[in-house]
Amino acid sequence: MSIQIWTYIMVGLTFGIYIYIAWRSRVKDTRGFYVAGGGVPPLANGLATAADWMSAASFISMAGLISFMGYQGCVYLMGWTGGYVLLALMLAPYLRKFGKFTVPDFVGDRYYSTAARIVALICAIFVSLTYVAGQMRGVGIVFSRFLGVDVNTGVIIGMFIVFFYAGLGGMKGITWTQVAQYITLIIAFLIPAVAISMKITGNPIPQLGFGDTIAQGQDAGQYLMETLNKISVDLGFAEYTSAFGAGQKSMLDVFALTLALMVGTAGLPHVIIRFYTVPNVRAARLSAGYALLFIAILYTTAPAVAGFARYNMIKTVNDVTYAEAPSWFKNWEETGLVAWMDKNGDGIIQYRAGDAFKGSPQFTGEKGSLGQLMVANAPTDSPNELYVDRDIMVLANPEMANLPAWVIALVAAGGLAAALSTASGLLLVVASSISHDLYYRVINRQASEKSRLLLGRIMIGVAVLIAGYFGINPPGFVAQVVALAFGLGASSFFPILVLGVFWKRANREGAIAGMISGIGFTMLYIIQTKFLGVDPWFFGISPEGIGAVGMVLNFVVTIVVSKLTAPPPAEIQELVESVRIPRGAGAAVDH
Amino acid sequence: MAKDLKVYWRRNVRYMIVLLSIWFLVSYVFGILLVEPLNAIRIGGFPLGFWFAQQGSIYVFVVLIFVYFLLMSRLDKEFDVNE
Repeated sequence: MSIQIWTYIMVGLTFGIYIYIAWRSRVKDTRGFYVAGGGVPPLANGLATAADWMSAASFISMAGLISFMGYQGCVYLMGWTGGYVLLALMLAPYLRKFGKFTVPDFVGDRYYSTAARIVALICAIFVSLTYVAGQMRGVGIVFSRFLGVDVNTGVIIGMFIVFFYAGLGGMKGITWTQVAQYITLIIAFLIPAVAISMKITGNPIPQLGFGDTIAQGQDAGQYLMETLNKISVDLGFAEYTSAFGAGQKSMLDVFALTLALMVGTAGLPHVIIRFYTVPNVRAARLSAGYALLFIAILYTTAPAVAGFARYNMIKTVNDVTYAEAPSWFKNWEETGLVAWMDKNGDGIIQYRAGDAFKGSPQFTGEKGSLGQLMVANAPTDSPNELYVDRDIMVLANPEMANLPAWVIALVAAGGLAAALSTASGLLLVVASSISHDLYYRVINRQASEKSRLLLGRIMIGVAVLIAGYFGINPPGFVAQVVALAFGLGASSFFPILVLGVFWKRANREGAIAGMISGIGFTMLYIIQTKFLGVDPWFFGISPEGIGAVGMVLNFVVTIVVSKLTAPPPAEIQELVESVRIPRGAGAAVDH
Repeated sequence: MAKDLKVYWRRNVRYMIVLLSIWFLVSYVFGILLVEPLNAIRIGGFPLGFWFAQQGSIYVFVVLIFVYFLLMSRLDKEFDVNE
C-alpha cells in the first residue's frame, strides 16, 4: 500500500480514538471542565502532562535543530527537562494543596489583590495564544506533507477536532485524549529511531547506539561521535561535540538560555494547571516524576536521532552526483525544504559550512539539466551548494533509512498527536483564564454553575478561532514570539509563585512591582533585539535567554519592595502555612 | 504553626536544597561550565561533558524527582501530615 493510504488509515484511526475518548468523558460541571474532577491517577496525569508539554516543536523540529547545533543543542535538552525538577520540588505540591483551578487564582489569593490576578491572567492568555498559533501551523504542515491537502485546509481540520474534544470534555476530555496522544507520539518517535540506530550501529537502543561504533561501510569500527567530529571538521564545520568556538554561542549565553528555558517551563500555565487534576499532594509529586520520565524517553532519543540523521545525511548526499542522490532527497525537494544549487557546475552535491544562497529557496519552476529544481536566489561566496530545512530531519528520517510506508504514516500521526495535545492544553488555559478568572472571579461572582460552564465552552470556541486564524495567516513574528512566551513565563510567574510558597513575608506591593519590572525588562529587551534591530546589549545574551535575567530582576524587586512595605495580613500568612502541609488537600475547591 | 510542623518544613526545605544542588551540578556545572575539561574524558564514544549536556543530566533529573517523592512520602508519614 502507498504512503498516502497508510497515512489516511493511521490518522483516521488515531483521530477516531481521540473523538471516542472525548465523547466518553464529556462533562457537566465546572470542576470536571477545569480540573477533570480532580481525580486523575498520577500515572495518567504524567502521560497527559508529557503529551501536553511535548509540542510539534519537540516532535518535529528539536532533533533537527540539535543535528545542526551539535553540543549547543543541549540548551533545549537540559532546558526543557530541567524545569520539571523545579516544578516538582518548588511548585506542583503546593499549588495542588492550594487547590483552586488556575494559576491566576493562586496569584490573586496569595497576594490578596485583583491587580495581581489580572496581571497574571493577561500573561497566561498571552503566553498560551502565542504558543497555540505555532501548534496550529504545525498541524497544517503535517497534513499538507502527508495527506496532500492544502496547509490551510489542514489547519481547519485540526481546529474542528480540537474544538470538538476540548469543548465537550474540557480538562477531563483533554486529559484522557492526551494519554492516547502520548502513546501515539512516543511510538511514532521511537520506531524510526530504533531502526536507524540498528542500521548505523547495530545497537537497538538509540541512547546507547549514539555512543557506539559504526557497524558497516568505510567508517566501520569507528565511534560514531568521532567520525561525526572528523567529517564536520573536514567540511568546515565546528566539531560536533565541541562546546564553544567561533560562530557559536558563548558560555554565558548557553547558561542563560538553558536557565530561561528551565524556569520558563516551570512557569508555563498549561503545564502547572495539570497538577490541579490529581487527587492529592502526594499524587502531584509522583505525577511530576512520571511526566519527566515519559518526556525523557523522547528527549534522550532526540539527540541520538540528531546524530544519526547528520551522519546519514552527509554520507548519502555529500559528494554524490545528483543522479545518484537518494529518493528522499528528491521527494523533499518537491516540498521546497531541500534545494541544491550546482555552483561549480560539476553535477555533484557539495555540502560545506555556510549558506548555499541567500534566504529560503525561491524556485523558478524550471528544471536544470540533471532534473534538479532551479532556484532564483542569489548565491553566496561559500562552497556550500546544499540547502536543508532543519525541520525535515525527523519527518524524513524513516525515508532516509528506507523504512516501510506504514512507519512513515505513523510518524505523520505522531506529529499530529504532538501538535493537537499541546494545542488543546493551551486552549483550556485561555478559556479558563477568561471564563473563570476574569468573568467569574472579577466581573460576576454571582454567575451560576451552568452559565460559567457555557462561557467556558464558548471561550474554547473563540480561542480555537483565534488560533486557527494565526495558523492560516501566520504573522511573520511567530518564531520570535515563542521566545517571548518563555521569557514571560520565566520573568513573571516563576519568582512570585516560588516566593509565595517559600517566603511568607512576600506581599502584594512586592509581587506587583516584581512582575511588572521582570516582564517590562524582558519585553523591552526582546522587542529591541528582535524587532528594532538593536544588538543584544546585556553581556551579549540572546533574546531567547533574557528571561533568566528578567527572573532575577523580579526576585530582587519583589524582595526589596516587600521589605519596604507592610507585611501581608495574618490570614495570608496562615494560607501560606496551610499550603506547606499536605494534609487536607481534598478536592479542588471553589470557595 | 505547631513546633513539629516547623521541623517538618525545615526538613522539606533541606531535602529540596540538597536535590537542587545536584540538579545544578549535573546540568550547569558538568554540562556547561566544565564541559571542555570533561570532554577530555571519554566514556565509550562519548566525551563526558557532551554526554552530561545531552543525556546524563536528563537521567539524573528523573531520578531526583522520584527521590524527592520517596523522601517526602516518608517525611509526611513521620509527621503524620499525609493523606
